Amino acid sequence: MSGHREKFAVEPERYEFHAAPMHQFELARRDFFKLLGAGIAVFAIAKDALAAQETAPGPKSFHNEELPKDISAWLHVGEDGTVTGFTGKAEIGQNIRTALAQTVADELRVPFESVRMVTADTALTPFDAGTFGSRTTPTITPQLRRVAAATRDLLVAAAAKEWNVAPEGLIAADAKVTDPASGRSLRYAQLARGKTLAQNLPAEDPITPATQWTIAGKAIPKVDARAFVTGRHQYTPDLRPDGLLYGKILRPPSFGATLLSYDDTAAKAMPGVVVVRDGDFVGAAAPSAHEAQSALDSVRAQWKEVPQISDKEIFSYLKNNAAPNTGDRFRKQKGSVEEALASAPHREDATYTVAYIAHAPLEPRAAVAQWADGKLNVWTGTQRPFANRDELADIFHLPESSVRVIVPDTGSAYGGKHTSDAAIEAARLARAAGRPVKVVWTREEEFTWAYFRPAGVIEVKSGIANDGTLTAWDFHNYHSGMSAIETPYVVANQRTEYHQVPLVLRSGSYRGLAATANHFARETHMDVLARTAQMDPLEFRMKNLSDPRLRAVLGAATKSFGWPRKKTQAGQGFGLACGYEKGSYVGTCAEVAVDKASGAVRVVHLIEAFECGAIVNPDGLRNQVVGAMIQGLGGALFEAIEFENGRIKNPHFATYRVPRFRDVPEIEATLLDRKDIPSAGAGETPIMAVAPAIGNAIFDATNIRINSLPLAPNGVRTS
Amino acid sequence: MELEVNGKRYPVHYPPDTPLLYVLRDELGLTGSKYGCGEGQCGACTVLIGGAPRRSCQIPVSAAAAKPITTIEGLEKDGHLHPVQQAFLDAGAFQCAFCTSGMIMSSVGLLQSNPSPSQADIVQFLQGNICRCGTHPRVIEAIHHAVKTMQEHGR
Repeated sequence: MSGHREKFAVEPERYEFHAAPMHQFELARRDFFKLLGAGIAVFAIAKDALAAQETAPGPKSFHNEELPKDISAWLHVGEDGTVTGFTGKAEIGQNIRTALAQTVADELRVPFESVRMVTADTALTPFDAGTFGSRTTPTITPQLRRVAAATRDLLVAAAAKEWNVAPEGLIAADAKVTDPASGRSLRYAQLARGKTLAQNLPAEDPITPATQWTIAGKAIPKVDARAFVTGRHQYTPDLRPDGLLYGKILRPPSFGATLLSYDDTAAKAMPGVVVVRDGDFVGAAAPSAHEAQSALDSVRAQWKEVPQISDKEIFSYLKNNAAPNTGDRFRKQKGSVEEALASAPHREDATYTVAYIAHAPLEPRAAVAQWADGKLNVWTGTQRPFANRDELADIFHLPESSVRVIVPDTGSAYGGKHTSDAAIEAARLARAAGRPVKVVWTREEEFTWAYFRPAGVIEVKSGIANDGTLTAWDFHNYHSGMSAIETPYVVANQRTEYHQVPLVLRSGSYRGLAATANHFARETHMDVLARTAQMDPLEFRMKNLSDPRLRAVLGAATKSFGWPRKKTQAGQGFGLACGYEKGSYVGTCAEVAVDKASGAVRVVHLIEAFECGAIVNPDGLRNQVVGAMIQGLGGALFEAIEFENGRIKNPHFATYRVPRFRDVPEIEATLLDRKDIPSAGAGETPIMAVAPAIGNAIFDATNIRINSLPLAPNGVRTS
Repeated sequence: MELEVNGKRYPVHYPPDTPLLYVLRDELGLTGSKYGCGEGQCGACTVLIGGAPRRSCQIPVSAAAAKPITTIEGLEKDGHLHPVQQAFLDAGAFQCAFCTSGMIMSSVGLLQSNPSPSQADIVQFLQGNICRCGTHPRVIEAIHHAVKTMQEHGR
């Protein structure tokens, strides 16, 4: 049932008070009804997005992400009853296209099939900072819900007006408004007919609680799944606009190398080939990829190289080159750590390291760029379409309104597709060629010229009382990052500090950011302390843990695993780890088998309990959780970028090992559905406790404590 | 040179040493087969050549011309999905789905040579197909489903 609210008045002038994004909006809205036809549209304003960010559960971490500006979501009901939701977020395999459509259908009271989502198109969708930080579910879901609720109210008001009755008694359900008093009803499609009604959303509009969801909360299959199993879906590398040329880029021999001399005479003589040199950028475009490559192969270039840090010395470099003053932003403390450490009856100190790893999304970075009348259109698989647009506008000296970035549903990203490299390269070549150009990075380029999850060094000093109470905790992360850096355990005296180090390799976001590194160090160290306290690792954690949600996932995971388990064969080991980040909670248990002769480690069984508030789509969530566990297994056991003097030594799947079928253990995921808690994102957190759980299991099996990730790229040395 | 792909003959103008994948994708417009590595390491480009699954990025087009080629686009018949496609759909055996074409083609190839594979057979056979999203358990589940369907329908 819905009531009409007078304050829902249309406010066409409102956004004139704002700066740049307003023009985006006004422009888009003019085109909006032209594009979608007449109907009813409701817009959410960014104020809601801010509110949603601020009320996200869990303590605020240090990281400072950009917030959406101005309009944050909108919705359109067409004259045929089709509902279209708009969001600047991108579909990168995390299944938001389905989850958001469920949300809209649920709140608007229409069949799931009648909703389609338009995503990540800078000309059509509202501004969005990027698809990262597990923010889609906690920010966009409630916004779309409020937009849908307001739209429903508009439809009820329209019906009330039609019938000349009060709106209060009318019921919105099954894509129609019904008057229970008379039994008459009008379909949404009928109510939208002939209207071009647009309205802004009041912030306080109530939304349906999770306990009353009918379409959200269900395991609805992926939208358009048939297009993926038939090969019909077109990812960026599959686009072939008329007149397309294929672009290739000449890469320097090592990072930071600059062009000394250059001769492209031979390349320029090739028919149909366009060669571009612009500073240190050299690229070629041709009617086929092999012609473009031949052209580049014929270019004679000499590069000036610079000596660089190699993997052998990376950890000492990171430790020795930290900024001298970390500043308050990077340091949290309470109590007196020094005193507590000095007086602790039991001390454990250790240093942990994590290697650089690559995202290696199966769809490499790719872009198609097309110039027309001084305007630039780019299709690219990116997590940040609006940032890409701004960067392209900046580089090519264009107003933002002259650049459009469109993100086809993308072959994954895992935090690796924030930058606009391929888009810039394609656009530069396309401008010179006067024709559309496609650039698809090779796998070697992916492994070399993208960016990495940063390496890091983590130092931990700690003390416990005789009864196993954690009394002192001093935790220093060098370079790897601040996500989940603070301990969830109760410790009276603690200091947590992040130390910045200048970049060695190009580094950036990776699924979960530094939460994996910080959990690896913390949860390994908690295992060390449990043994020092002569307590079971579960009992020790529970003793020092008060957070009920964390206790619940740890309890659920260990129950499902059958903790504590008795060893039944040689080389068997069990480990656990837990934590929370970005509003979601995870407990992970691992069983490993270590071959005594070879030292080979096999993960036999991996169990996780996960809780992220009210579950929007249990099947999609399970897919994310299990996927994160398997991906996490790679970084835990064997993934590492090898580099020497500015060159990546293993830029191929043959030498950079990722999890394959044989590596996949028996996996179970227990999903805790908390309908009383707002939904949080789930793309990242399920990855972060995998590595420490496996490391702790390896210790249980071998008595060997491994303090570095990856844990066992070549097995464990057991002798 | 000509290729027979999905029962249709196509003239090919790319040089004979061009890997089949680029001919399929760039010249013939059959973009369902994916470039994931170009090194025969990820399986995203898998097609059937004479019924056998092959990495199309590793095979010169000239070497593929003698036998009929089936790509992901050729599995669906008269609007009906191949049982393996249907099984992937039913199991939701994908996230970003960039590996899906190759996974399906490898699985079809497996079931042609081994109609009732064991779990170990499946794992062994798909070892060369990478899924970075970690949907491996669902892929295995999908293949088990497809086996059942194909046995029930005698396909």
